Amino acid sequence: MTAMCDVAFLLLSFFILATKFKPPEALTVATPNSVSSKVAPDKNVVLITMDKDGKVYFSVSDGNPSEKRDVIDAVNTAKNLGLTDAEKKNFVNNPSAYIGVPFSQLKSYLDKAPEDVKNLVVAGIPVTDTLNNELIDWVHAAVGAFQGSKMNLLVKGDNAAKYPAFDGVVYAFKKNDQLKFQLVTNPVGAPPGSELDKVQAATGSKSSEQ
Amino acid sequence: MAEMDTSGGGHKKKGPGVKKSKKQSTRVDLTPMVDLGFLLITFFIFTTTMSQPTAMKLNLPKDVEKPEDQNKLKESAAFTVMPSRANMVYYYEGLDPSKLQQSTFKQIRDIILDKKRRTDPKDFMVIIKPTKDATYKNAVDMLDEMKIDDVKRYALVNISPDEYKFVEATETANGVK
Repeated sequence: MTAMCDVAFLLLSFFILATKFKPPEALTVATPNSVSSKVAPDKNVVLITMDKDGKVYFSVSDGNPSEKRDVIDAVNTAKNLGLTDAEKKNFVNNPSAYIGVPFSQLKSYLDKAPEDVKNLVVAGIPVTDTLNNELIDWVHAAVGAFQGSKMNLLVKGDNAAKYPAFDGVVYAFKKNDQLKFQLVTNPVGAPPGSELDKVQAATGSKSSEQ
Repeated sequence: MAEMDTSGGGHKKKGPGVKKSKKQSTRVDLTPMVDLGFLLITFFIFTTTMSQPTAMKLNLPKDVEKPEDQNKLKESAAFTVMPSRANMVYYYEGLDPSKLQQSTFKQIRDIILDKKRRTDPKDFMVIIKPTKDATYKNAVDMLDEMKIDDVKRYALVNISPDEYKFVEATETANGVK
C-alpha cells in the first residue's frame, strides 16, 4: 500500500510538472499527420489558419507586438480602411487576434469587444478567387513588418479543408515571393519497411529533413 | 502502535478519581488521499500534451513566364498523381492524361515505388496535382508520401482543366461522389 502510494504520488508530481497548459484556442483545427520531425517554430510566426470549412484566418504570434502594429498599419494605409487607434490597439493587444474577415468588414470586426468576437461567425479572408485574393495584401504587410528579421510563415490547415483554399493561400505566398513556408502537422513515425524507414535506419537519424 | 483495550471489565483502576485516558489510534486511513491522488493523475495524464506540433517544410518553385526557363522533364520519368474526392488517387505515367488509372492512398505507395524502380533516379519526378475536390489532408498526405518513399524531386502543381475532365469522367463512371 505504502509503495503504491509512493509511486502514485511520484507520477502525480511528474505530470503536474510536465503539464503545459495550452491557451484556449479560438479555432479548433485538426492538423494532418506527417513524418516530419522538425518542431514548429513559435517565434516570429505569421500563421495562416484554415478551418474545416476552408475559411482562412491570418494571425501574428503574440511575441511580436511591434510587428503586429506594423502589419495593421500597413493594411490600413494600403486599403484605406480608416481604422482608429483604438481599433488597431484591439488587434495588437488581443492575444489571439485571428483576422478572418474581408477588408470591408475589418473595421466593424475590430470594433467588437473580445467576448463578442468569440461567438461571431466570420466569413474568412477571401482567397479562392485569384482576382480578389485579400491574403496577398495581408502577407505583403507581414513581409514588410518582418523586414530584417526572419519570418516564419506557417500554414495550419484542417484535415477537412478543401484544396482550393490551400491553393489560394499558396497563390498569395507566390505573389509575395514567399516561396518557403511550413505546414503545421502532427508527428507520426515513418511506416515500417518504407523507404524513409530504411534511410533513417541507414543513417541512424530520426530526422526526416534532408 | 498501542492497541486499545476494549474488553469490558477486568481492567485495573489506576486510582480513585483518575479517569482512564482513552488512547486514540494514530493510524490514519489513507484511502481517500490515494483516491484523490489517482484522480489527479488521471486528470493530468489526460490534459498533458506530450507531442508538440511539427512543421513540414515546403519550398515552391518560382513562377516563370517563359516556357524555356522551366525545368525540363523527360516524359518517361514523369509520374503524375491526382488526389481527389473520397480519398481516391488517380495517376498516370508520362504526359498523357488519357492513360489515367485509379488507385487509393493505401495502394499508391507501391505504385510510386514500382515506378521509381523502373526509372532513372536522377530524372524521376512526381507531379502532385490535387483536384478541387481533394481536401487539404489529401494534399499533405501526398507530400508526406514523397518523403516516405524517398522521392527526391516532386512538385505541387495546379491541375489543368483537361486532366480534371478525365478525373471527373472516371469518377462518374465509377460512381464516386
